Parts: sequence; structure tokens; C-alpha cells
Amino acid sequence: MDDLTIARTLFGSSLGFHIIFATLGVGLPLMIFVSEVFYQVTNDRRYTLMAKRWTKAQAILLGVAIPSGTIVAVQMSLLWPQFMEMVGEVIALPFQIELFAFFLEALFMSIYVYAADRLSPGLRILSVFLVAFGGSASAVLITSANAWMNTPTGFQPTEGGITGVRPWEAFFNPSFASSAFHVLISAYMTGAFVVASIAAYRLLRRKLSQSEIRYHHRALMMSLAIGGTMSLITAFTGHWAGQVLHDHQPEKLAAAEGLFETQSHAPLALGGIVDLDEQKITGAIEIPGLLSFLAGNRLDTVVKGLNDYPRDVWPPGYVHLLFNLMVGSGVLLILLSALAGWFGWRRKGDRLPQWLLWTLTSTGPLAVLAIEFGWIFTCSGRQPWTIYRFQRTADAATQAGDLWVWLVLFLSLYMLLLIATVVIMSSYFKRHPLAEELEAVVAEGNG
Amino acid sequence: MSDAIWAISITWLFVFIYAILGSVDFGAGFWGLVYNPRERSRAGEIANRFLSPTWEVTNVFLVLLVVTIVAFFPRAIAPLGTGLLIPGSLVLILLTLRSAFMVFHYSALRFRSTLRIVSGVTGLLIPSLLVIALPILAGGFIDPETDRLLVGKLLSSPVTYAYLAFGLSSELFLSAAFLADYSREAEDSSAYAVFRKYALWLGPFTLATAVLTVYLMGRQAEWLRDHILEEQGWFLLSAIAFLLGYSALWWRRKHPERERGFPRVAFVCFILQFALASYAYGAAHLPYLVYPTLTVEESVTNPAMFDSLLISYAVGMAILVPGFIYFWRLFLKDKRYVGRG
Ligand code: HDD
Ligand code: HEM
Ligand code: HEM
Repeated sequence: MDDLTIARTLFGSSLGFHIIFATLGVGLPLMIFVSEVFYQVTNDRRYTLMAKRWTKAQAILLGVAIPSGTIVAVQMSLLWPQFMEMVGEVIALPFQIELFAFFLEALFMSIYVYAADRLSPGLRILSVFLVAFGGSASAVLITSANAWMNTPTGFQPTEGGITGVRPWEAFFNPSFASSAFHVLISAYMTGAFVVASIAAYRLLRRKLSQSEIRYHHRALMMSLAIGGTMSLITAFTGHWAGQVLHDHQPEKLAAAEGLFETQSHAPLALGGIVDLDEQKITGAIEIPGLLSFLAGNRLDTVVKGLNDYPRDVWPPGYVHLLFNLMVGSGVLLILLSALAGWFGWRRKGDRLPQWLLWTLTSTGPLAVLAIEFGWIFTCSGRQPWTIYRFQRTADAATQAGDLWVWLVLFLSLYMLLLIATVVIMSSYFKRHPLAEELEAVVAEGNG
Repeated sequence: MSDAIWAISITWLFVFIYAILGSVDFGAGFWGLVYNPRERSRAGEIANRFLSPTWEVTNVFLVLLVVTIVAFFPRAIAPLGTGLLIPGSLVLILLTLRSAFMVFHYSALRFRSTLRIVSGVTGLLIPSLLVIALPILAGGFIDPETDRLLVGKLLSSPVTYAYLAFGLSSELFLSAAFLADYSREAEDSSAYAVFRKYALWLGPFTLATAVLTVYLMGRQAEWLRDHILEEQGWFLLSAIAFLLGYSALWWRRKHPERERGFPRVAFVCFILQFALASYAYGAAHLPYLVYPTLTVEESVTNPAMFDSLLISYAVGMAILVPGFIYFWRLFLKDKRYVGRG
């Protein structure tokens, strides 16, 4: 591999690693916040117990989210110095403001975790709200930077560099709103489905007391309701993001759909493999006219094909696969939550059937995978550009050599941390079994 | 003042804050390692109690520093990023291990001792790597053709080790002084005695390494040494602040049964000492960001971005300062937390 490929692999892996923890850092606080509010409304202490156990998990995840985010932030300057020069000149604001969001989240997370026993209920809710707000704000802000890379605005390129910088215009670039919504809602959805997976997995065990079943069932239904709603909204915001692609990044949409010829009544291609050299897509199911309709709300919308653009700015062919996998996961998750909701409503508080519980354990991993597919789609679909139609990835990369050493070291670090997180998580929850904590809570509630 | 001077002053302020917070944080990790919980003194436990809620906030200051440099000095990123790739990546790996394991530490009793070792060892390695940036920025260690770091030259140069000795010594000194104060707040006199003793040893040692660094600097970065000698007045004030703080560790208390010393006064004086000395170092470093290729004026961002950044700082700080104050009251003042156990 040449140094450019290594740099791309290294950076993509770092982000792919960070995003797992970061997404949960946005999604879980919402679940914690909702259960704290439920407790205030219903006075059922089981909800505080949920909040408490999820907070513990979140605190462990933060131990990886924060340093991996620090890695990403510093690695950006180390690996893409020429790109970061542009960031500093034009799109520094979201990065700068994001820090205030991090401070908010870090301060109140410590307060919520280490001072919970000294806070009044009102202050506790306020703290967890500020944690959730800080996490969500940081996701929206970082997305602004990424959206700017896709649809750069707010400056004039000139011979010697750039002039006429308008920082806020860069911040609110054309794809900011659609991306920010899509990222935020898909993170909420992922947090909820991860909780649902765990609850479903717990319910599969045979030896459970009645109160344990009720606890898990409640957590499952609550998270499926939130996850299901969010996945519907995710689909709508994703559709919006697709229309923005049609207006502002037509090559990316064309590659996502394997469309070579510009045409109206363009078909939507489901599945299949895009072959850029042969200029065709094989094995896809084509739905006539749907792509035109999705892109512009009319069947006669003209969708640009790749042949309108020079070969050297075509995105890689595999982004079609990534796009399909993301959308497919989204559709599947909507269907699954609807199905589970229907069973839950029919059975009124009883355990769902085994086969359905088994299926539901897959929702969390599926949502996390969808996030990964979506991000790799966005970043790889922008290739060969780092800043769309302005800076090529090859021109952004560092000149320092021997990057493979770092690739090996960082990949080993990520493996180690993944394993350690799982070990620590399970060791913690083994030592603090639900049965004991539930008993304590129920006893307190009656006393 | 020009935009560039404003920008470098704000950056300096963040470097200074991170140097203090980082020293206390990494130092506390080291003291937590040296002081085994099974021993009689609770010094290690005190160090850890301080560390648990604060490391996240300290870490955000590090990120703040990086983002501030990118935002204010975008044209410096290319040479800095390439030159600092090696120490920077090493810091990232160690920092990640440290943060992750520190959090895990509280969730898994089984792995306690391994985790303590990680936090203690990285508590020395990370500050060393951070301090290495100083001689690199002072010039002579970056290949002017390729911007790459000359690792061999860096490692064979005595001044590097002088910076290292100075950096580590001041880290441990500041954290010992801080933890002495924190132990006093926790009313733990045995821990107080331990940390006071270390502060007393490390103080003069730190001063000696500082003088040695300036002396050795003459061979590598003569321009900086000359500038530093011009800033003598500030260094003198800094030495006075040190002496005042040092003596405060010996002042007698009114209650004869309490241990000697006013650690709060001492720590505040040491911060002042640090502020004065690092201000003087920063002033001596001007106009260069990286000697001899890059000055502050050349690398500062455009005026439109500069103004928006200042506004965002003002708004952000207005929102955050109450949060910081609340945080401080909960973890550094509240007897129910500080003196628990
Ligand atoms: C749980 C995760 C998830 C799910 C189920 C979906 N997405 Fe998505 N999608 C993301 C998670 C995501 C993401 C990770 O959040 C991305 C990556 C970058 C971004 O802005 O959001 C993304 C990007 C992204 C983009 C590219 C935006 C750009 O490059 O500017 C489009 C067009 C869509 N999505 C469309 C959809 C559609 C039509 C979906 C139908 C259900 C869908 N996504 C489901
Ligand atoms: C969509 C992508 C991303 C999302 C949703 C996201 C979100 C998050 C979240 C929730 C955290 C935890 C913050 C905290 O608890 O304090 C975090 C940490 C962090 N992220 Fe990301 N992040 C993303 C991508 C990035 C990128 C590309 C960067 C680099 C520029 C970055 C930089 C950071 C940093 C520096 C931290 C550590 C903050 C701290 O020290 O508290 N993130 N991120
Ligand atoms: C967190 C989820 C993300 C993932 C999984 C991800 C994934 C990737 C991948 C796989 C690449 C390599 C692309 C290629 O060369 O084919 C890449 C490149 C890059 N990404 Fe992302 N990305 C994410 C978010 C972001 C965000 C939020 C930003 C900016 C704020 C960003 C900025 C970049 C940059 C600067 C590059 C290198 C230049 C380039 O290849 O265009 N990424 N990312």
C-alpha cells in the first residue's frame, strides 16, 4: 500500500471505531433522560434503576468515546494537514463550538455519575438533560464540518489561496440541515435499538423472576417504541439527504444507484454489483421511475448519470453496495419494530415469543452497522475529493512517511479496547446482577 | 494588538491552563501508583478520588488546545502536523490506554493493579512526549526540506533531556503541591504529610532543571536563549513567587496540633510562578511559532474567521463558567465528596 492508501485506511478505521462509541454517546443519554422523566411521571422506581444501569454502561463507553474522539481530532491534523489548513480558514467554527458541547457533556456527566447522591431530583434531570444535549449538539456540529466537505460554501477560491471567507455561510452549507437531522435521529435510533437488543437477549433466559421479566419487558417496549419512531424519521431525513445529493453532489447519487446514463424516469436499483469499467450494474432489481421520483418528487425528473463526468472524478463503485446496505437495514428495522409492537399489543405485557426475541437481539448491531455503512458511503462517495470539487484527497495528505507503523499500532489498540470494553462491561454487570438491585428498589418502594 | 498577538495570547492561556491541569492530573495518576492502597497512608486513594471526576474535563482542555491552534493558525498545521506526527501519535495511543483503563478501573475490581500501573506509567510518559514539543518548536530538529522530524538528532541532544527533566519534575512538583492542598481539604493529615514532603523535595529540583535547560538551550537554539535572557525581569518575579510559595509550606498554624504549612497559599504561589515563567518563555519565543520557518503573523487565520471565533469564545465561556463553578464546588470543596471514607 502507498502512504496515501494507508492514511485513508488509518483515518477511516479511527472514525469507524470512534463512531460506535460516539453514536451510543448520543443515543444512550436520550434513553436515560426519558427513563428519568418516566420515573418523575409514574413514580415507578424501576425507571430510576434503568437510568442507573444505563448510566453505568454509558460511563464505561465514555472511557473509550472520549479518547477515541481525541485521536480523531488530532489525527486529522497529523494525517490531513493541507485539509486542516482549509478547515482553519473556513470551517473552524463547528469544531470550536463543539468543544463547548464537549465541556458541557463532560462536566455534567461527571456530576451525574459521581454526585448523583447529592443532587435533588430536579438537578439530576437537569444534569442528564445537559449530558444528552451536549452529546446531540456535538453530533450536529461535527456533521456541519462533514457536510461542508460535501457541499463547500462560504469562501472564494483564488490563485494564491482563498478570500472572502464567510464562516457562518460555511457552517450553514447546503447539506448541513439534512445531514444533521439524519445523523442525529439515526443516533437516537441506534441507542434505542442497542438497549432493545440487550433487553431481548435477557428475556431469552429461562430462569427469570416475574419482576425481572416485567423490568426487561418494559425496557424492551420502551426502546422499541423510541427506536421504531426514530427509524421512521430516519428514513424521511435520509430521503431528504438523497434529494440534496441530487441537487449538489450528482456524481455521488449516480454512483450510489449505479446510474451511467443521464435520464428521466430513472429506475431505482436494488442490490447488485456496480462495474465501473464495463459501465453496468449486474444482478440488481430495477424499479422503473422510482429514482427520478425520489430525487425530485416527479417521474420525469432528470437524474444525472456518471457518464456526464470525467472518469477520474467518479466515486468508487462499491458505494452502491454501502448505500443499499444502509437503506436496507433501515427498512428492516422499521418493519421489525412494527412487528414487535403488534405482538406486544396483542399479548399485553407478556413475554414476546422466543423467535421474535431472537430476531430482536439483532436490531442493535444492525443499527450500528447501518451507521458505519452510511458514514463510509458519505466519505468514500466523495472521493476523489476531500473538499468536493476543491481539494483532492491526494493533495490533502501528509508528507511524513512510514505510516504503516501507525496503522498497525492503532488497529491493535482498537482491537484491544473493543475486547476490554466487552470484558469490563460483562464483569461489571455480573457483579451487579439485576435481581439484587431490583429487590432493593422494590423493597425501598414499598417501605 | 494585532490579530496574531491576540490569537497567540489566547493559545498561550490554554497551553498554560492545560499545563497546570495536565500536571495535576497525570501527576495524580503517578502518585496513585506509588501509593498502594494497601499501605497505611491513604495518599493513593486521595489522588484517585480527585482524578475520577476530573480527567474528562482535563482531556477536553487538550482537545481545546488542538482545535484552537487549527482555528487560529491554520497555515501552521502542515509543518506542525508533519513534524509532530511521531510524538503526537504516541501521545494519542498512551492517552487512549490511560483514559480507557482509568474508567475501567472503577468497574472491574479484578484488574485493579494492572490498571493502576497503566495510569501511573502513562502519567509519566505522556507529559514527557508533550514537553518534547518545546525543543522541536525552538528549531533545529525538523528537516527544512521535508518537514519531517529528525528523530536521531532529537534523541542524541542533551537539551532534549533537560527539557524532559524539567517537564517531569514540574509535573510532579505541581501535583504534589496540589494534592497536599486537597488532602488538607479532606482533613487527612497523613496524606498531607506525604505530599508536602514531596513538594519540598521537588521544588528546588524543578528550579535547578529549569536553569540547566536554559543553559543547554544555548547550544541548540541560541536565539531563544538570548531572548530569554532579555526577559530576565519576569523570571526573577517568577522565582520570588516560588520562594514565597515554598516558604508557605513551612509557616506554622495557629493550632499547634495541625501540621505545618499553608498549602493553599503555596499552590496559588506556584501557579503564579508558573504563569510568570511560561509567559516569559512564550514572549521570548515570539515572533516564531516554529523556528525559523514560521512566524505567528504569517500563520494567523483570516480576519472574518478570527472575529467569529472570538464571538464563539465569549458566548461559550459565558455558558460554561457557571458549569465549571458548580463542578468545582461539588468535587473540590464539598466535604461530603472530598473527605469521604
Ligand atoms: C441507523 C443508521 C441509518 C439508517 C437506518 C439510514 N441511514 Fe442514511 N446515513 C446514516 C445513517 C443511517 C448516517 C451514518 O448518519 C449518514 C452518514 C453521513 C450522514 O450525513 O449520515 C447517512 C448518510 C445518508 C446519505 C448521504 C448523505 C450525504 O452523503 O450527504 C443518504 C442519501 C442517506 N443516508 C439516505 C438514507 C435513506 C434513504 C435511508 C432509508 C431508510 C437511510 N439513509 C437509512
Ligand atoms: C458523526 C460523527 C461523530 C459523532 C456523532 C461524534 C460524537 C461524539 C461524542 C458523543 C463524543 C463524546 C463526547 C463527550 O462525552 O465529551 C465524542 C468525543 C469526541 N469526538 Fe466525536 N463524533 C463524531 C466524529 C468526530 C470527528 C470527525 C471528530 C474530529 C474532528 C471528533 C472529535 C471528537 C473528540 C475530540 C472527542 C473527545 C471530546 C472530549 O474530550 O470530551 N468526533 N464524539
Ligand atoms: C464517524 C464516522 C465516519 C466514518 C466511519 C468515516 C469514514 C471514512 C473513510 C472510510 C474514509 C476514507 C475514504 C476513502 O479514502 O475512500 C474517510 C475519509 C475522511 N473523512 Fe470520514 N468518516 C466519518 C466521519 C467523518 C467526519 C464527521 C468528518 C469531518 C468532519 C470526516 C472527514 C474525513 C476526512 C478529512 C477524510 C480524509 C480525506 C478523504 O478521504 O476524503 N469523516 N472517512
